Amino acid sequence: MTTETAPQAATPAEAAAPLSIWGALQANLREYGLLLVLILIMLFFQWTTGGVLFKPLNLTNIVLQNSYIIVMALGMLLVIVAGHIDLSVGSVSGFIGALAAMLMIGWKFPPELAFLANPIVAGLICLVVGAAIGAAQGYLIAYYRIPSFIVTLAGMLIFKGLSLSILAGQSVGPFPAEFQLLSAGFIPDFIGAITLVPASQGVQPLVLHGATLAIGIVAVVGMILLSIRTRARRTARGYESEPFALFAAKNIVIAALVLFFTYMLASYKGLPNVLVVMGILIAGFVFLTKRLTFGRRIYAIGGNPKAAALSGIKTERLTFYIFAIMGALAALAGMIYAARLNSATPKAGQGLELDVIAAVFIGGASALGGVGQVAGAVIGAFIMGVLNNGMSIMGINIDLQQMIKGVVLLAAVFFDLYNKNKA
Amino acid sequence: MTDTIPEMRDTILPMRDTILQMRDITKTFPGVKALQNVNLDVKAGEIHAIVGENGAGKSTLMKVLSGVYPHGSYEGQIIYNGEECAFRSIRDSEHKGIVIIHQELALVPLLSIAENIYLGNERAKAGIVDWDETREGARAVLRKVGLNEDPDTLVTNIGTGKQQLVEIAKALSKEVKLLILDEPTASLSEKDSEALLNLLLGFKAQGISCILISHKLNEVSKVSDRITVIRDGHTIETLDKADITEDRIITSMVGRPLEDRYPARAPQIGEVVFEVKNWSVYHPQHRDRQVIKGIDLNVRKGEVVGIAGLMGSGRTEFAMSLFGKSYGVKVSGEVLLHGKKVDTSTVEKAVSHGIAYATEDRKTFGLNLIDHIKHNTTLANLWGVSRWGVIDDLAELDVANDYRKKTNIRSSSVYQTVGNLSGGNQQKVVLSKWLFANPEVLILDEPTRGIDVGAKYEIYSIINQLAAQGKAILVISSEMPELLGITDRVYVMNEGRLVGEMPTAEASQEKIMRAIVRAEGKVAS
Ligand SMILES: Nc1ncnc2c1ncn2[C@@H]1O[C@H](COP(=O)(O)OP(=O)(O)OP(=O)(O)O)[C@@H](O)[C@H]1O
Ligand SMILES: [Mg+2]
Repeated sequence: MTTETAPQAATPAEAAAPLSIWGALQANLREYGLLLVLILIMLFFQWTTGGVLFKPLNLTNIVLQNSYIIVMALGMLLVIVAGHIDLSVGSVSGFIGALAAMLMIGWKFPPELAFLANPIVAGLICLVVGAAIGAAQGYLIAYYRIPSFIVTLAGMLIFKGLSLSILAGQSVGPFPAEFQLLSAGFIPDFIGAITLVPASQGVQPLVLHGATLAIGIVAVVGMILLSIRTRARRTARGYESEPFALFAAKNIVIAALVLFFTYMLASYKGLPNVLVVMGILIAGFVFLTKRLTFGRRIYAIGGNPKAAALSGIKTERLTFYIFAIMGALAALAGMIYAARLNSATPKAGQGLELDVIAAVFIGGASALGGVGQVAGAVIGAFIMGVLNNGMSIMGINIDLQQMIKGVVLLAAVFFDLYNKNKA
Repeated sequence: MTDTIPEMRDTILPMRDTILQMRDITKTFPGVKALQNVNLDVKAGEIHAIVGENGAGKSTLMKVLSGVYPHGSYEGQIIYNGEECAFRSIRDSEHKGIVIIHQELALVPLLSIAENIYLGNERAKAGIVDWDETREGARAVLRKVGLNEDPDTLVTNIGTGKQQLVEIAKALSKEVKLLILDEPTASLSEKDSEALLNLLLGFKAQGISCILISHKLNEVSKVSDRITVIRDGHTIETLDKADITEDRIITSMVGRPLEDRYPARAPQIGEVVFEVKNWSVYHPQHRDRQVIKGIDLNVRKGEVVGIAGLMGSGRTEFAMSLFGKSYGVKVSGEVLLHGKKVDTSTVEKAVSHGIAYATEDRKTFGLNLIDHIKHNTTLANLWGVSRWGVIDDLAELDVANDYRKKTNIRSSSVYQTVGNLSGGNQQKVVLSKWLFANPEVLILDEPTRGIDVGAKYEIYSIINQLAAQGKAILVISSEMPELLGITDRVYVMNEGRLVGEMPTAEASQEKIMRAIVRAEGKVAS
């Protein structure tokens, strides 16, 4: 699941044979197979739900419903690639949701401390507490070499209990309006509505959110320019071998998908705030895993910790940071979740860790460590999300839903292994 | 067509004493044709050696034979005892008495010797293990291989040489008729190697045939009855006993005669760069056992210094403890660079002071086997291809290609997964990694283990170049001719102590051995 397209170096020794179109296509199929699966699942539900799935409102909902899973899947990807696991993220996110509620609503601060209830201050406190929780668990895992499974299992119990206790068993809400914006808000339309079909009798009006459209188009253009530039740089150094037709096709398909999605969002209320947060995080994590030395080292310790240590990598410190990042992301997810429900409940977040871990594995990460991609984890999360959404719309029983999700998880991992062994 | 008939006839009708024929074996991996129309025939009761350069396809051929690569994943025929075989797994081939011992040992370290011997083949009735019979049986086969160990000893507690014998005992427990050994002596001391080879000669007398893969041509020419040479996935020729000489083998392997085994050295030796003073280390588990006992040594600028010694003399432990305390506890002593004391207490600090250690155990300590060559090459020096912590893809690709060429790694590209490389080529990746880290002091632990003659020459040349650039190089090797061929000075180590030091010009194998024996005498008395 590397996104590099295995270019062949142009040394004479290996007769610089450019990949054949078919060969390149096969390599890409493995890589984009997961995306294809997601699209197929979506089309399937589009059909079974009688066209509800692709309604702008519903697509927006899918994003909102899965945002917290995706946020945590990013951190979980690092954890799993490093060869660990974090079972505590669900409980930690629940606990942070509770903490946020108590800071903003529950606790009555004396006037000189009232600033603590400010949504922004409270949000920052929550992030720091989350990171500290992650760091504490990471410390035990990295420096005392207690298996992560055990440390985070303990963490899961502890924070489950803690959220119950600080909420005193009650739901606390509603949140201040500013805080709710995190989950329920949409970006302001600084460009203005674009009316395609004016309201008139017999026709549905079609008004697009201008800013959303503009951002989508800018993103697509930027993406295409970037990949053209990358290709040009590689070609200049004699490295490219992916056939141009395939390169073009890939870019066009992805651009079309993004534009389609933008259009759908724009024809509802526009870009949700949380999608902006997610987008920035995803881009950041792709960069982190692909280009930063920090990310490279994570793959190295997951692949062979001893060899990594003997290459001068501080494996302990790295592990510690990874869990701290995971904790901060769990905190963010907890706030998104609480803001979405508009209250903190003692049961919030429970069991979420399983969805998060499943997303990462569906996305092609290896339980042995060293393998996994951000894009895979995000698509994996969406696959789970679309399944949830589609099956709910169809009115499938919750028990059956669980079974189907289990089967999908197994099938995804099986398919991935099968593909790898064949290669 | 007519002229091929006589030949066909005597290959189709198996000669009375031919037990194995592999005919026109072709095996491809994505992007690599590992074997092309390879032919091999082995007679009953002979020791048949297979030699060839790293990546020539020797291990692959043996994996085809033993069913690791099942029937259907390759082309060609395997005729064993006169019948065509289509092995679908190792089990199938074992049923016929073909047992393979892989290049990398496959014992489970935390199981006992007896458990390992009967792993997958347990002495059990109705699923319940019969421990008495297991121990008895284990003892019997251990006796056959001349290993005097309690069958209940955990495998992790015995040395590599003995582990190799356990592997062979395991093979014997399966009633082996054709034993395949892939580089069995690569990590054995000379004494252990000799014992093992004698064992093979003994098997031969009992009618067991052996296929032996090795890069140690002196051994091969000593024990084998015939030798088949493979180059670039093709069979080149099969030499009969009478024709076997080391030079003849090399010419056939490399495709041209190799004038010298060691490149000429014109040392330009300067001031002392690297110094170790009074270095002591204790065993990580048995904390009162001193493993390294007060070592003092130095290496000068542009000098290649060797550490000779027997397996288990503590050389690797010494090097690893120097390198970021990667081995042992209660490490004490001083490391000086250019006369100044430096802190090497973590690998990162050691590397940042320009000290590098290329490990002898590439699989466990050297490589990320699931990643490709490019990422492995740059791992110890990511700063070299990044700025502000951001890796420059193309610079990295340049580096990886450059070192792949320099060390002559055979692979489809720098994107080949390291785990799929041949053993020798993996070793070259480890070297590339440390060469790219551009250290001032380079410690090489068995740098040519499992490497073919041609590639050894290349590695020696690289060592020479580094020395000429003014680096200080410390080489640990169990092959004395190698140390004598490439170093300027040798230390002799025995049981964690330096027991001798001599300029290579005055050294000889006898002198080194004498230093060791003298030390052992002292210890004993
Ligand atoms: N699973 C695999 N996938 C891709 N290529 C492979 C795989 N296994 C082996 N190869 C390639 O096949 C070739 C032959 O490898 P093989 O291990 O047989 O070499 P060898 O002769 O045993 O070398 P050495 O002496 O270094 O052990 C090499 O080029 C290697 O890279
Ligand atoms: Mg081999």
